[in-house]
Amino acid sequence: MADQKTLTFVIMDPPYENARTTTALRLMDIAARRGYNINVFAFEGAVCVPFAKQTPHANAVHGRDVVEEDHPIPKDWVAAVLEQAERHGGKVDWVQCGLCVDERGVGEWIPGLRRGSPADLVKFAETSDNTLVIPTK
Amino acid sequence: MADYLLIESRDPFETNDVTYYYELAANLAKAGNKVTLFLVQNGVLAARRSQRSDGVAGAAKAGVQVLADEFSLRERGIPRDRLVTGVQAAPLDVVIDQLAEGRRALWH
Amino acid sequence: MAKKILQVIETAYRGTLEEQDDTVVWITHAMKGAGGDLHVLLRGNAVNYAVTGQDASGLAFGERKQTQPPRIDQDLAKLVGKGVDVYVVEEDVAERGIERTELIAGVKPVSRTGIPKLFAAYEQVWHW
Repeated sequence: MADQKTLTFVIMDPPYENARTTTALRLMDIAARRGYNINVFAFEGAVCVPFAKQTPHANAVHGRDVVEEDHPIPKDWVAAVLEQAERHGGKVDWVQCGLCVDERGVGEWIPGLRRGSPADLVKFAETSDNTLVIPTK
Repeated sequence: MADYLLIESRDPFETNDVTYYYELAANLAKAGNKVTLFLVQNGVLAARRSQRSDGVAGAAKAGVQVLADEFSLRERGIPRDRLVTGVQAAPLDVVIDQLAEGRRALWH
Repeated sequence: MAKKILQVIETAYRGTLEEQDDTVVWITHAMKGAGGDLHVLLRGNAVNYAVTGQDASGLAFGERKQTQPPRIDQDLAKLVGKGVDVYVVEEDVAERGIERTELIAGVKPVSRTGIPKLFAAYEQVWHW
């Protein structure tokens, strides 16, 4: 693809705690729809975003059972972005910062991601067309 | 000269530090750079005409392209006719456009 | 008799898309349902929660669409309907350029100088 770009995103926030997680995934989804290659360096709390053991729940306050509530499960959003990329001819290289994973005990994640280190981020920065850091606050 | 994309996710009601960012955008533009200030999340609260929208209005007057994420505006019930002069609603796709262009991209 | 508690909410839209609601508005509903006597003061950016016409629909990632977007103004209206007093700080509304007519029905304006008197009416004040 002549105009295929490669973009790198660095994210830091855990799921559910901040709007940045959703915005970051929105950006990745747009890039995936364009068939871009996407690198993600998940750092600090963001390594919890694709944690495999997230499960939905019902919501009595909303008056909805688990199916009706259809509660967002960020790992499923990540999987949807990976599928979106594949459908449009792009590749996603999602790296989970290894030490961040270890200290949080979240070593189980959805298929298609890999463990890595800051050396991966160096390589991403060097080889991608642009890098956007979305820091936690 | 370089092209810049400055993404502001925070608002002047909760964070004094956004003033630094609006001024940074304006100063980069005054120095001859092409600058977009893209408001997202609560950053769009500054785009609604109010007592605290002078920062983004000032950036626009200084030649910065000030855009506000359409979804964030709608999520907060801010219609387009309430936007301060100089700010336009735009899809988040613009961020990907400008990243792909190679603009220096900063998130605040 | 339950303790009368005032929930002060100031942070807005922090994780509301992922949670499909505001977590403090949600827990207020849940605690009210469990017999609590809770009331709400919206200040800071959270005054925007009382603005009618908020629409967070349409979020999608690939084929995965959000079917239940947050409807925070309606959640607050439901609290009002359950007899919960929902106060909103007038100055915070005005400085954000929000017109009074844009707010959901039933919210009670209070001025910043009136907050101490409001606090005095509650046994506990939980500042989120």
